[in-house]
Amino acid sequence: MLYDAHDKPGRSDAMENADTFSDVAAIIARHAGREGALLPILHDVEAAHGHVGEASVRAIATALNLSRAEVHGVVSFYHDFHDHPDPRPVIKLCRAEACQARGVEALVAGAEAVAGQRVRIAPVYCLGLCSVGPAAMLGGSVYARLDAAALSALIAAAA
Amino acid sequence: MKARVSDDALALACGADAVAAALAAAGVAVDRVSSWGMHWLEPLVEIDGNGWGPVTPADVPALVAGLLAEKAIGRIEDNPFITRQARLTFARAGRTRPLSLDDYAATGGWNGLAAARALEASATTETVVQSGLRGRGGAGFPAGIKWQTVAAAPGARKYIVCNADEGDSGTFADRMVMEGDPYLLIEGMAIAGLAVGASKGFVYIRSEYPHAIAKLQAAVALSADIVAPFDIEVRVGAGAYVCGEETSLLNSLEGKRGEVRAKPPLPAHKGLFGQPTVINNVLTLAAVPFILAHGAKAYADFGMGRSRGTIPVQLAGNIRHGGLFETAFGITLGELVNDIGGGSESGRQVRAVQVGGPLGAYFPPALFDTPFDYEAFAAADGLIGHGGIVVFDDSVDMARQARFAMAFCAIESCGKCTPCRLGSTRGVETLDRINAGDNRAANLALVEALCDTMKFGSLCALGGFTPYPVLSAIRHFGEDFQSPARERAA
Ligand SMILES: Cc1cc2nc3c(=O)[nH]c(=O)nc-3n(C[C@H](O)[C@H](O)[C@H](O)COP(=O)(O)O)c2cc1C
Ligand code: SF4
Ligand code: FES
Repeated sequence: MLYDAHDKPGRSDAMENADTFSDVAAIIARHAGREGALLPILHDVEAAHGHVGEASVRAIATALNLSRAEVHGVVSFYHDFHDHPDPRPVIKLCRAEACQARGVEALVAGAEAVAGQRVRIAPVYCLGLCSVGPAAMLGGSVYARLDAAALSALIAAAA
Repeated sequence: MKARVSDDALALACGADAVAAALAAAGVAVDRVSSWGMHWLEPLVEIDGNGWGPVTPADVPALVAGLLAEKAIGRIEDNPFITRQARLTFARAGRTRPLSLDDYAATGGWNGLAAARALEASATTETVVQSGLRGRGGAGFPAGIKWQTVAAAPGARKYIVCNADEGDSGTFADRMVMEGDPYLLIEGMAIAGLAVGASKGFVYIRSEYPHAIAKLQAAVALSADIVAPFDIEVRVGAGAYVCGEETSLLNSLEGKRGEVRAKPPLPAHKGLFGQPTVINNVLTLAAVPFILAHGAKAYADFGMGRSRGTIPVQLAGNIRHGGLFETAFGITLGELVNDIGGGSESGRQVRAVQVGGPLGAYFPPALFDTPFDYEAFAAADGLIGHGGIVVFDDSVDMARQARFAMAFCAIESCGKCTPCRLGSTRGVETLDRINAGDNRAANLALVEALCDTMKFGSLCALGGFTPYPVLSAIRHFGEDFQSPARERAA
């Protein structure tokens, strides 16, 4: 499968060593020759490292004949790409209108208290589960009909 | 005994896998099928055509013993939520295994492509023109005319791009097609390719839809020989709402920042990599196989005025019977919300309904006689957009919703034009002052002026249409802007 859940938490120790030229080179080679290869490459680097680091930017820029500024510009434009690692697991909690109508805003403060510094609660605007919200995503899995207890359990289980 | 349980992302989010596992553990064979679209009943279990829902793993022993009467809904296809629909695009919903080529072929699959292969390309586009099909992504542009433009445009290569960015809150029909009936979209794209002379297609799917991405990738691989020489590639977005705008999407596909391009040139003339490009929404392309298989008239016979055919309406938010309701144009907003949707899930009064996503207007019940029709919605200062309806009960604070509309625009703005980039931030600040009770009349006038600037000075509809939710909230729910938020809450 070309796609991998790109919001997987990075492993901080692995991350340091993993952001090496060789594995980024392998990712680049996998997409070489595709039209518009940059986004697929960035997705894979983000999935592997939890962010797109400076070394990766340099390697990608060289391979695709772009300037580093251009690659940076793309990384910074999209919510899915990060230039810094964050080792915490991420729960994407839908904050869009249909989930608002189903009460998500009342869950936010409690969720953040339970999450503390260990889990990141990130906003997302719609997961396509708008008839059964509040909805959230963790890794590649989705959750619906969340109330305070269910969301707390999800946060506790996030690793 | 054989049971059917959906493996659509919404069913999974409601616990369908655990239910399927419990059924299997009880010795029941389980087929994973698409969702019927009755979301309040998911996970829905179907046995011999009868349904039970929403089922939990703990319900399974009673279900298998024939004792779960309180969750029985009888024959699923006789449920009024199903019988009241006109399912052309969603004809297979609930009825087939999404990746089964046998199921697809046995239910009329590939007939549209076969018809197109037997026709001249120009006859295929003409059929789509005659059907009256309009783009379901929001703008409502006639699909056949777009295809004719691309067919006539000179270009070394041509592309079919499917817009599966589906960023609007309250919408999930694209997701349901890709997860529940992926070959339908593939067939529609292959027909478009034949019609305009394109041999390559891209599907740009938002990254928030991992299940749709996986299903469509699998379906593309399994059906490659059937649609060859047409070739499809699935690409994944990166969390930018504006990338649903067609020129931003093309930039994103090319590996660039998703900034909106000025038009002209139209994508039909110079689109992906500068080549003539058809860019259509999932639902637009998924409507095409029916049209080719059954003829333009069979499709155009549904609908009203210049809105022909059917629209998959998505009932969302605080609604008792949420889900996918495909119907001919012409049904009223009130019928959808109250008769079909059963009013609010909370049981409180329905107060506001946002139609058409975050750029769509809020409607009060007083406008519930508005028929679902592009022109009627425009006349009511609203839009149908992608067909999403988000219901709010009387606990909603409309000043807060207006603020959210501005804040969303500020978060998602591509930054190319000042009215959108700065106007939305100014809008948030000004609405905050109104909510704090600070100089209300003058600040309301300022919001209206800002909306005017955004409406006429923005390059695309993100900045240009954000005024719809804001102004409709002020117009129809003015009382929410007349006192500080904390007093209203009291
Ligand atoms: C901010 C913005 C977001 C949009 N998002 C989508 C989207 O998610 N899906 C879509 O099909 N069209 C979206 N559109 C509309 C597209 O620009 C375009 O009109 C559509 O893809 C054309 O296909 P259609 O004619 O089949 O509707 C969006 C437009 C704007 C301005
Ligand atoms: S209106 Fe907003 S999103 Fe659209 S082009 Fe201008 S800045 Fe970009
Ligand atoms: S609005 Fe939350 S899932 Fe769509």
